[in-house]
Amino acid sequence: MQERDEGSTVTGKLLSMKEAIGRYVEDGMSVAIEGFTAFICFAAGHEIIRQGRRDLTLIRMTPDLLYDQMVAAGVAGKLVFSYLGNPGVGPLHCLRRAVEKQIPRPLEIEEYSHYGMVARYLAGATGLPFFPLRSYTGSDMPGVNPGIKTVRSPYGGEEIAVVPPLRPDLAILHAQRADREGNTQLWGLVGAQKEVAFAAHKVIVVAEEIVDAEVIRSDPNRTLIPGLIVDAVVHEPYGAHPSYAQGYYDRDNDFYLFWDRLSRDEEATVAWLEEWVHGVDDRAAYVLKLGAGTLERLQPEKAEAAEVDYGRYR
Amino acid sequence: MNEDSPATPSEMMIVSAARALAGVRTVFVGVGLSNIACNLARLTVATDLELIYESGVYGARPSRLPLSIGDPTLVSGATAVIPIGDLFGFYLQRGIIETALVGGAQIDRYGNLNTTVIGDYHSPKVRLPGSGGACEIAINCGRLLILMRLSRRSFVERVDFVTSPGHLGGKGERERLGMPGKGPDVVVTDMATFDFDTPEHEMRLVSLHPGVAVDEVRERIGWDLRVADSLGRTPEPSAEEIRLIREELDPGGIYRRESAEAKGAPK
Repeated sequence: MQERDEGSTVTGKLLSMKEAIGRYVEDGMSVAIEGFTAFICFAAGHEIIRQGRRDLTLIRMTPDLLYDQMVAAGVAGKLVFSYLGNPGVGPLHCLRRAVEKQIPRPLEIEEYSHYGMVARYLAGATGLPFFPLRSYTGSDMPGVNPGIKTVRSPYGGEEIAVVPPLRPDLAILHAQRADREGNTQLWGLVGAQKEVAFAAHKVIVVAEEIVDAEVIRSDPNRTLIPGLIVDAVVHEPYGAHPSYAQGYYDRDNDFYLFWDRLSRDEEATVAWLEEWVHGVDDRAAYVLKLGAGTLERLQPEKAEAAEVDYGRYR
Repeated sequence: MNEDSPATPSEMMIVSAARALAGVRTVFVGVGLSNIACNLARLTVATDLELIYESGVYGARPSRLPLSIGDPTLVSGATAVIPIGDLFGFYLQRGIIETALVGGAQIDRYGNLNTTVIGDYHSPKVRLPGSGGACEIAINCGRLLILMRLSRRSFVERVDFVTSPGHLGGKGERERLGMPGKGPDVVVTDMATFDFDTPEHEMRLVSLHPGVAVDEVRERIGWDLRVADSLGRTPEPSAEEIRLIREELDPGGIYRRESAEAKGAPK
């Protein structure tokens, strides 16, 4: 079989973050930068802030510090989520200011439970009109979110909660490695990365490493997202800091604790964004500014998996 | 902290919660005290305990105290790491998780929990984190073990928002609504332990921690509290339980500090 020349202008998916965000993010669109505690692509969020996008609908199960920063920077008009917290630390102060005091601007919210959000992605990803789940009974959540409804099962009449499909205009997903076509492999907390990728209309994959197609093909079970549905591939080492990429670097918990203190103050938050987002050109500059000491502190010891043998069948 | 110093209220909570997991096989774990309690149970009264985290981890063997439910230490060495949809679908809804440790900013006498807002939903006084997986966990998990510090602002006559259903209005309402899980079973606090073993499924004081008086508990509860006829005393933690907590599970004392209030609780 004829191999395509990987990385040639025929496909041209490999872009810088600046190019990818410039090309695929427009004011007013819905964007899901997913990743459950892990693989949260701060590099992409910061570039969206730098490019001054406005009125985005931000979608994430756990908005985390990234959406706290993006909301503080004024890029969002609406938030779709299931858990608003600084994981293991406390509340998200910027998001609380937005919801409680409309600072820096009003923020519309639409909330589900975790499984409700995954179910929405599943419906969106698989072309279904809704997805049933055993949740919400007896909760006040359906009362404040008309998107949560019930249907009667045609098989016995049981009443079951349903949620509507969610199809973000764009998903941005971080991973350990991808090839130039966007065939993406992920290990660790895979979260809902696959579901979001298939649910979204466009997909940007951001990877710690760009590898040859042969590396991907050597371990096909680990491929979560096929290049077929990927529009752009960005090579961005440490792109998920201060969250983490399993086996590459740890969560920078000192930063999560620091953000808890700093973000209580609106001015300090703005000053931080000025220094660490607007004040750097790109993620490479951010990583340089972080310094070698931080990277060393976040470096895990090795814990390699036992090898598997797929066998060769001629 | 000196190993010989008496158990703190947080340590009483951890030990009481761990003991309530005796013989349990599968548990949904949260962070902080919940995590320490589950790990303590695995080392003491529930040696076959599989730690399950909503981030998609089954059978975790954390080699450090996880900083969140998505800590990478939960992944390395786990039995399985799966998509979140599989965790909620195959594990939770399928009915194979016996117990979940949960909490909230507010709880009422039927164990209904609020983690969403204080005040009106549309113009909240305090915006709390929301459900996360708590709503479906409360509905599907075999039983709930609730872990909360006792205070009048948390134990209220009426919660501002039902995020996760407990026994709802009591008197078998869960069963009538067809919920698979049996709902709140035990409430472990820093001062006392409660159950719901009444015909109405109303919370009932069953055990006082060492040195605590009934009136001290009553004044921290926003309704007329029921007290079990057989009201008992929580046994003191053993030297081994204290040693495991202080030396192995939380050597830095990060989560045992008395100031480590339930996250997001109203100020």
